[in-house]
Amino acid sequence: MTRVTLANVSKTYGATTVLQGVNLQIDSGEFVVLVGPSGCGKTTLLRMMCGLEEITGGELRIGEEVVNHLPPAQRGIAMVFQSYALYPHMNVFDNMAFGLKLHGADKAERQRRIEKAARALHIEHLMERKPRELSGGQRQRVAIGRAIVREPRLFLFDEPLSNLDASLRVKTRVELARLHRDLGATMVYVTHDQVEAMTLGDKIVVMHEGCVQQAGAPLDLYQQPANRFVASFIGSPQINLLPAKITATSPVVQLELPFGQPARATVEATTKLLEGQAVEIGVRPEHLRLAAAGEPPPAEGIRLDAEVVLVEQLGESHLVHLRAYDHHELVVRGNAHTRLRAGDRVVAWAPAEALHVFITDGRACRRLFPEGVADTPQ
Amino acid sequence: MSAAPSSLMGQHQAPKRAPMTAAIAKPLRVGFVHLVLGGYTLLVLCPILLVIVNSFKSRKAIFDDPLALPTAASFSIVGYAKVLGNATVGGMFLNSAIVTGISMVLILLFGAMAAWALTEYRFRGNRLLALFLAFGIMVPIRLGSVSILQTMVALNLVNTLTALVLVYVAQGLPLAVMILSEFILQVPSELKDAARCDGIGEFEIFFRVVLPLLRPAVATVAVFTMVPIWNDLWFPLILAPGESTQTITLGVQQFIGQFATDWNAVLAALSLAVLPVLLLYGLMSRQLIRGITAGAVK
Repeated sequence: MTRVTLANVSKTYGATTVLQGVNLQIDSGEFVVLVGPSGCGKTTLLRMMCGLEEITGGELRIGEEVVNHLPPAQRGIAMVFQSYALYPHMNVFDNMAFGLKLHGADKAERQRRIEKAARALHIEHLMERKPRELSGGQRQRVAIGRAIVREPRLFLFDEPLSNLDASLRVKTRVELARLHRDLGATMVYVTHDQVEAMTLGDKIVVMHEGCVQQAGAPLDLYQQPANRFVASFIGSPQINLLPAKITATSPVVQLELPFGQPARATVEATTKLLEGQAVEIGVRPEHLRLAAAGEPPPAEGIRLDAEVVLVEQLGESHLVHLRAYDHHELVVRGNAHTRLRAGDRVVAWAPAEALHVFITDGRACRRLFPEGVADTPQ
Repeated sequence: MSAAPSSLMGQHQAPKRAPMTAAIAKPLRVGFVHLVLGGYTLLVLCPILLVIVNSFKSRKAIFDDPLALPTAASFSIVGYAKVLGNATVGGMFLNSAIVTGISMVLILLFGAMAAWALTEYRFRGNRLLALFLAFGIMVPIRLGSVSILQTMVALNLVNTLTALVLVYVAQGLPLAVMILSEFILQVPSELKDAARCDGIGEFEIFFRVVLPLLRPAVATVAVFTMVPIWNDLWFPLILAPGESTQTITLGVQQFIGQFATDWNAVLAALSLAVLPVLLLYGLMSRQLIRGITAGAVK
């Protein structure tokens, strides 16, 4: 079991910097997910850890060894590719054995490892088939099996679920989590899907434009996002953002919305917060509640008059799209179903504990009650 | 052209003429295509058929009625007997086979390796090399025949099969590299990455992962290079006209000189000369068609 350390890792192609100042500590046995929009550099980072791309600056350690200049085969890693990359002209058994043969494992040992992996992945009956005779899910399991038999120090996954259909994706996600638990191996997983990130990762690393925005446990990223980008990226539907102005910083942070409505947020009033400063208020769809127009809401955090534009009923939950002042669009999430219809006038409100505040450069103020409820202070 | 307006206006429009329905148009079109292709095939096959048919007739019968099929009276294999009995013909076939075979193997091997290097690795001069090879397709090698002959004389390689092999490899490499490059680009790069992660060396990746996937391309290149080499008269005449190094194509020409009126032997020799090419095509045709339709040759 191995820990991985990235110290100030950067990557440039000629004059273009693709990654900069990446500092990451991955503990032994951890499942780390690199997540971010397309082009953020997560796949490049993964390939650098694998050895398929050169590391322009900084240091990568696997275990205690600096591996910057080692070829992939000598780093003790195994990678599962997005397109599975199975050798088309070999059958499943040979695909899994190909890498082993070159590492000197003798025939009996190879056989043992392959059978063990095949049993764990339920592909024993597919050993003689060629990749073109397998379904997408089966090919994926063979690709994972090929990685397992190498018994590597570090597993690398490059968006392995993106080529599968929705239901298979959910099933395979659960299997991957189980695999991680059984093997106890250190795994680094790249995806653009934040649901996969939240469910699979022990630690999530959100990346954007070549920089690490935040790294931490899934719930930490959700409740205490370090900046506007992380808050918008994690959480579906996206967090609602409203422009506002600071009117006071003690005893609690008080703000004013563009049309004069007051708001209160229980966030830490850092020295960066000045009266009159333009900030952004963030409130997650599930923290917003709806009351009939004219009714006074129970708590004072934020209160907006709005009109329902669209209602989406998902069965186990519903999403209400609202238009508030100045055509500002909000999304509210509620459980089960609702009787609201397009055109209804409502009041959208949220308690002060539920609000996020982002200052001009995007950084977030620390929330005093991350869970959004007053009786569980942090 | 939405449905609503036309239904409103329906009464005011002239009745549209019904277009020829797809059910009628398609067989007509398909039939026409078959007719054209079949006709062309016939046109191309006619001379070959004529040669083969007449090679089985007695000399008199050939001149009496060249277009007739051999009847019981006119059937004769005297031509074949003469050709196969001639010791030198065997040698000529062997020369052709050696030259063509070795050239093909070298062209395929070096062509594939060059194509792999040009498409896979980034290095200074990559584009220039590719351009240089493309140039090789555009410029006919025969333009340099005088220089080639001078070079072979200087190297003491005149009247050897080596000279022919060298020239044919030079002739066939540019096209081989171009065609194979196209195919190699289609091999998914993740496959090569996976092989590298598996610890397989670059040469092994080439021979054990990339080459097996190039079968259609290799067949295409094989056919495209084999036919011109086997049928070539130019370079054997210039570089290797000696008796022991004559290829079959050259040899048959000598037949026409030696046995000025012995058309039997000539036609028999020609029929035999066509055989290997037909055989190769027969073996490779499936791969060749797959290769061409996959865009090997634009």
